[in-house]
Amino acid sequence: MASVGEPIFLDAGEAALVVEFGRTVDPAAHNRVLSLDAAMAACELPGVVELVPTIRSLMIHYDPLVIDRTALVDAVRNIETAAADTRPVRRWTIPCCYDPTFGEDITQVADQLGMTPERVVALHSGATYRAYMYGFLPGFCYLGGLPKELTVSRRVTIRPPHPSGTIMIGAGMGLITTFAMPTGWWLIGRTPERMFSLAREQTFLAAVGDEIKFEPIDLEAFHALDRRAERGEVVATVTALP
Amino acid sequence: MSAALKTVSAGPGVTLQDAGRHGYLRYGVTAAGPMDRLAMATANRAVGAAPGATAIEVSLGGIELVAEGATLPLAIVGGAFDVSIDGHKLPPAVRLALTPGARLRIRAGADGAWCYVAVGGRIDVPPVLGSNATHTRSSLGGIDGRALATGDVLPVVDIGPCEGGAAGLTAPWLARSDDPIRMILGPQDDYFSREQIERFCRERWTISHRSDRMAYFLEGPQIAPANGLNIVSDGIVMGAIQVLGDGRPMVLMADRQVTGGYPKIATVIGPDQGRLAQMRPGSSVRFATTAIEQAVAARRAERAILDAAIEAVPLVRHPSDDVLLESNLISGVTAGSGNVDAD
Repeated sequence: MASVGEPIFLDAGEAALVVEFGRTVDPAAHNRVLSLDAAMAACELPGVVELVPTIRSLMIHYDPLVIDRTALVDAVRNIETAAADTRPVRRWTIPCCYDPTFGEDITQVADQLGMTPERVVALHSGATYRAYMYGFLPGFCYLGGLPKELTVSRRVTIRPPHPSGTIMIGAGMGLITTFAMPTGWWLIGRTPERMFSLAREQTFLAAVGDEIKFEPIDLEAFHALDRRAERGEVVATVTALP
Repeated sequence: MSAALKTVSAGPGVTLQDAGRHGYLRYGVTAAGPMDRLAMATANRAVGAAPGATAIEVSLGGIELVAEGATLPLAIVGGAFDVSIDGHKLPPAVRLALTPGARLRIRAGADGAWCYVAVGGRIDVPPVLGSNATHTRSSLGGIDGRALATGDVLPVVDIGPCEGGAAGLTAPWLARSDDPIRMILGPQDDYFSREQIERFCRERWTISHRSDRMAYFLEGPQIAPANGLNIVSDGIVMGAIQVLGDGRPMVLMADRQVTGGYPKIATVIGPDQGRLAQMRPGSSVRFATTAIEQAVAARRAERAILDAAIEAVPLVRHPSDDVLLESNLISGVTAGSGNVDAD
């Protein structure tokens, strides 16, 4: 087991238990979230309604008329102790166009960090990320593994909505978006891939815990892939990890 | 002609809801579902439908409906809204048969912020990820992911029997008390000092006019977290009381986002969420801490209510005016007795 100590049990009301492995963004804590998530899903404990893995905790929604808190905490302790370590089993390679048309903040980010825009692209597309959690809106995928050199503070003010598919950085993390929304993060590119699409058999692409890499593409390739993605095709590639 | 409910007019914020879109929180999908779960379940039960069947959630904006193609059995339950058919007043908790040509009108009334129109039959719109619950922020569910609008046609299938004329529904559990809204501390109550938590419970808060299905903002003093304004995002449940960076609390409701990065001082217990939801902007509200055992007991009481049959008392036309009356009705709807939420 990872050595981040015993989990802390917190209540989010009488029908949700938060199993917290840390209070910071920490890959070791996230590993334990994933291990417990997988183990809880496998054992199908009666009364457990839904599991929500986040960066540092697992939220367990439960029916307190079926399983009470004490029994749930006991079960989780046992399951957690026995849970096998998990590691990513697949990697998504997601096309990303860093052209300033889409990465409209890339120059500003580069200026803040004292590097060239090309260096920002090289760092961002050279890193291997992990899907840490989904949040905010369907398919908004928060990524751990952003290179330290790309750490920028949030915008001072919220900017107007970015297009769907925008790739952003901020708060020490990466983000793939699915809906046009106002944001305090920085826009550095755009993917033609849809992380969430009701027009496709596979509604959501990556699972929490999957590895993510970005492959730079030019504007022409973006538009070609975007047309294919719009027809419901998956344009990212997925490989099984050894 | 196939049967349908047609929207003659709809104010803002009227949506289709069901028990919610469950199982996709891990992909960022909000469950949505009713603001007042007990009221929607009561309406559905009154027409023989499952507690979480698809129903119309009516906001303070109100709605006017007509039946097309068949007479439709309906139940209306929720806040004390003004309900009428072709100008004839009905009680706010009522079961009726809506005949084609008759116009059902529901308007904000004396009290309450939401009411539900349940159908004896099934509102047949295509489910999205297994649910008809509307979440307008992500454009999922209901009719094209949006609020109902004038001219919308809701097909109704599997129509159940219409049991006689209009009947008042006896649902004393929907006469909500003015007791403080009960909450369980956490998950981030340790971000607040003891004095701040005591103050939160002592204050009388005002529900802001900015409130909607996503969140009820609370106006009052600032309760800035003592231990920092930001946390690493974690899961959010309905009822979570999140305190923003400026020290202003908000209660996250049915359309909340699934994760958030502000500390949550406490969580409103499930059985009190509907009572809070029915408070209108401008209402004052107080909060009190409770224990999980109390919350679970209140849930159990709620379950027992929904397991029992709902009493319906036929209405008679009052000879002197257009009001349909029934002797037990007023006490049934407005009396404070039999409140299941009491400790």
